[in-house]
Amino acid sequence: MKLLTHNMLACHIKGVQNGFPFKIEAEKVEVQEADFEPDFLQHIFPRIQWAALCEAAAAMGVEGLPAEATEEMLEDDAFMKKFHHALLEVHLQEGALVCPETGRKFPVSAGIPNLLLTEDEC
Amino acid sequence: MSTGGPTIASIKNTAFYRDVYEPAEDSFALVDALAAHAHTWRRAPPRLCLEVGCGSGYVVCSLALLLRGAGAAAQLLATDINPAAAAATAETLEAHGVHSRVDVLLTDLALVLLPALAGRVDVLVFNPPYVPTPEEEVERGGIAAAWAGGERGRRVVDRLLPLVPALLSPRGEMFMVAVHENEPEELLALMRDAGLEARVALQRKADEEQRERQQRRQQDLQQQLKQPQAR
Repeated sequence: MKLLTHNMLACHIKGVQNGFPFKIEAEKVEVQEADFEPDFLQHIFPRIQWAALCEAAAAMGVEGLPAEATEEMLEDDAFMKKFHHALLEVHLQEGALVCPETGRKFPVSAGIPNLLLTEDEC
Repeated sequence: MSTGGPTIASIKNTAFYRDVYEPAEDSFALVDALAAHAHTWRRAPPRLCLEVGCGSGYVVCSLALLLRGAGAAAQLLATDINPAAAAATAETLEAHGVHSRVDVLLTDLALVLLPALAGRVDVLVFNPPYVPTPEEEVERGGIAAAWAGGERGRRVVDRLLPLVPALLSPRGEMFMVAVHENEPEELLALMRDAGLEARVALQRKADEEQRERQQRRQQDLQQQLKQPQAR
């Protein structure tokens, strides 16, 4: 699972108010090269929750993202490369997503997060 | 085709296990409808695509290849409620070299992605469990989740459809499979009432032999599923 996807997931256990973002427990991280598409990055940038991306990147051992990001940075090639890498190339293969409110752990296995809820949680 | 790669997924490289819906006529029709539409993505590349209920991964893999062929850099997400299906999809994507483009999530419909996905989905793909069955079949899990549709085959369809207007972006499109028993005219009317345009993109008569084969396969599976209880 990419951090782009992580940036869109929120815990949907019944009654949870602040289920975003999941904390990441990383056991195995893989880097898979992806085509560098500046157009796509510019399109997606305004929709990214930056603080959540930074926190997730740190949990995955990815360094170099600025704590805050502005539209102007999209002109900066070095920034774009780091953004691209953190968002699209770093994959969580094994580990867990942890609900920030309840602490409920959702396991990630072979790159697939298991976000199924039990009957009590729906 | 700009990359010289395959345009849609190959059956040979599609993973399916006993508990995963094998690509069949409905999957092929859905992919054909997507392929016929893919030329429009050159002009206006979709940015976010979602398949709900990805099964073997044949459809979402074809979608990833079609998007690549159209030169569209898009984020793709695929969900399924069946662990065996999620694993098969990942395998199918890897066999076609598009695994880094699609993230697979084991989850119910797309609930875990709302509200982040609200108003953002450009292409939504849904081949629902549409076979009319007794209601209790729907809850059975495993392979049954791939076809058991409850009354009129509408049980799961009717859970997803109300979410669709919220999920789709202003330019968003949904591709969905339905059969006669689902009352497609009523489905179209429901979508229109929700403010969407709706039409039949492709219509196919399952020929008798294929239908027979499919029914037999479903009967076999039903038998397999019932056996553990009968013991």
